[in-house]
Amino acid sequence: MPESMRYIQAVNAALTWALDSRDDTVYFGEDVAIPNGPFGATKGLHKRFGAGRIFDTPISETGFLGMALGAAMTGMRPIAEIMYADFAFVAMDQIVNQIANIRYSSGGRWKAPLVIRMQQGYSPGACAQHSHSPEAYFAHTPGLRLALPATADDAYQMLRTAVTVDDPVIVAEARMLYPIAGEVRTDVPVEPMGGARVLREGPDVTVVAWSRMVPAALEAAETLAAEGIRAEVIDLRWLNPLDFETVGASVSKTGRLVVAHEANLTGGFGAEIAARVADECFEDLRSPVARVAAPDVPMPAAPVLQQAVVPEAVHVADTVRRTVHW
Amino acid sequence: MDLPDTYRAMARIRRFEERLMALKESGEIPGSIHLCNGQEAIPVGACGVLREDDYVSATYRGHGWAIARGVGLAALFAEMMGRDSPISGGRAASPYLSDASRNFIGENSIVGAGVPIAAGAALTAKHRGHGAVSVVSIGDGAMNQGNVHEALNLAAVLDLPMVLVVENNVYSEMSRIEDMVRVHRLSERAAGYGIPGTVVDGNDVDAVTAAMAQAVGRAREGSGPSLVEAMTERLVGHYSGDAQQYRPAGEVAAAKEREPLARIRQAADAELTARLDTIEAEIAAEIDAAVTAARAIPFPDPATVTEHVHA
Repeated sequence: MPESMRYIQAVNAALTWALDSRDDTVYFGEDVAIPNGPFGATKGLHKRFGAGRIFDTPISETGFLGMALGAAMTGMRPIAEIMYADFAFVAMDQIVNQIANIRYSSGGRWKAPLVIRMQQGYSPGACAQHSHSPEAYFAHTPGLRLALPATADDAYQMLRTAVTVDDPVIVAEARMLYPIAGEVRTDVPVEPMGGARVLREGPDVTVVAWSRMVPAALEAAETLAAEGIRAEVIDLRWLNPLDFETVGASVSKTGRLVVAHEANLTGGFGAEIAARVADECFEDLRSPVARVAAPDVPMPAAPVLQQAVVPEAVHVADTVRRTVHW
Repeated sequence: MDLPDTYRAMARIRRFEERLMALKESGEIPGSIHLCNGQEAIPVGACGVLREDDYVSATYRGHGWAIARGVGLAALFAEMMGRDSPISGGRAASPYLSDASRNFIGENSIVGAGVPIAAGAALTAKHRGHGAVSVVSIGDGAMNQGNVHEALNLAAVLDLPMVLVVENNVYSEMSRIEDMVRVHRLSERAAGYGIPGTVVDGNDVDAVTAAMAQAVGRAREGSGPSLVEAMTERLVGHYSGDAQQYRPAGEVAAAKEREPLARIRQAADAELTARLDTIEAEIAAEIDAAVTAARAIPFPDPATVTEHVHA
């Protein structure tokens, strides 16, 4: 039976499932055990599973991500938590040079079945060091898998998938979506990795989004429907493995594409989608591919300034109108 | 190990490195190589006290650790020749090779980055509770990397069975370590992590063995990590193309009087000398055979270049 729960509760349910499923799964990060996690994702897990399975680390992202790799290489299934995605930058060597490389550089003789949980994006008043949407950095790195759940159900299903596969997986959650409740299917088998999802069908334009921009895209589609513009909305969900097939099939049908992400425009993953569509769907396009993204400025902290840069449903709707009327 | 055996183990590393340099000069080894000539007593002494289920990690100057851990010479030569070696398949080469079959977590080309990973192997050992230990080697220069600091503190607070070996060859790549730190001994820093730190003569294989036996034993019984600083000298450059103009005149010549093999030779009587000569002849044949075997290993198939990115 599906259960209604908030996104953050779904994360907690998935972690409970993960620790319950395998004794070689351990969970660590800053303030995750005794303090129950800064956002409550690990609430109750220390009490239930004990210090041998879930423990607090020093504030040492490089240290404990490297520890996750060494544990994974030697037979464990660690899950490491980065409190804010911004803090992953201090540990980029371990993510890019170590975790992502080891399987390839050993010709498959080592594997790194680990999960790095983090949450990303802006929230009102959060400064430039608590607001990054860094998915493009990780998507650029061969060897990493990358999941960006946008709903409570996906927070549950995609995290369970992540802890099950033999690759290193970054699960980047959306902090702004943590309070949003939804139906979570707690009684289904673990899903295979990957797969975009068509959330709303429409013949006029394809809107591809992920993370916080998924509910924004759905809201925009609703607004546009009242104007007679029928948008197809795709939640990309996984950036690696990338389900381009679903995107390409939709664009071939609609002939128009808008990609929406909260990350900065230049070099964002929207550029990759745009390039792939230009390459593989060129003859189907009826208007230029458009992107909705934050402009190339660091995230300001003042809410009034944030509202001037953060993409919302209204920006998606405006861009879709321009694309359709091109 | 008795004396002839330790000599053999150290000479195997020395002659491997010498042959490797010759192969580099004759064009058979692409890329940079970082040799450990003069530092052989440290991996030989350390690996001599380890069990099969222990874990070993090293730096890009880690050929000696691989050999001391029992990684095959032909596999090592082949990997460095860019061939489809049985250890890393030609995807790692000299500074990043590993051998999963020997629990050799491997080398690391990012200075200090192997220490957090070694802490992870120690976490596995602790979780399983079988008394396995994770030994990781770094150079003196790595003591100034944040990753080493983070991993040492992490290992200390989690009581991980890890031993950090600091091979102090007095050069932080090409700069003198005394210009890079304000402590006299790097092992003094162990106190800052609340773990034992000791200094040994890293050119004395018996001293290394004794210090490592203590540190490894401590980790094995669940008393946590420790740091062993092994003083040594590099007889060669930082890397294969290093002209070493930064080293004072006579320094290398003096080091050659103190290095581990010379030390045994100097104290040897006629009988032992003859035995060591026999060992050298046997090792020369072993190296020749390994090079021949390595050359028989094919280069990797370019059609496989995208394999092993993911599971």
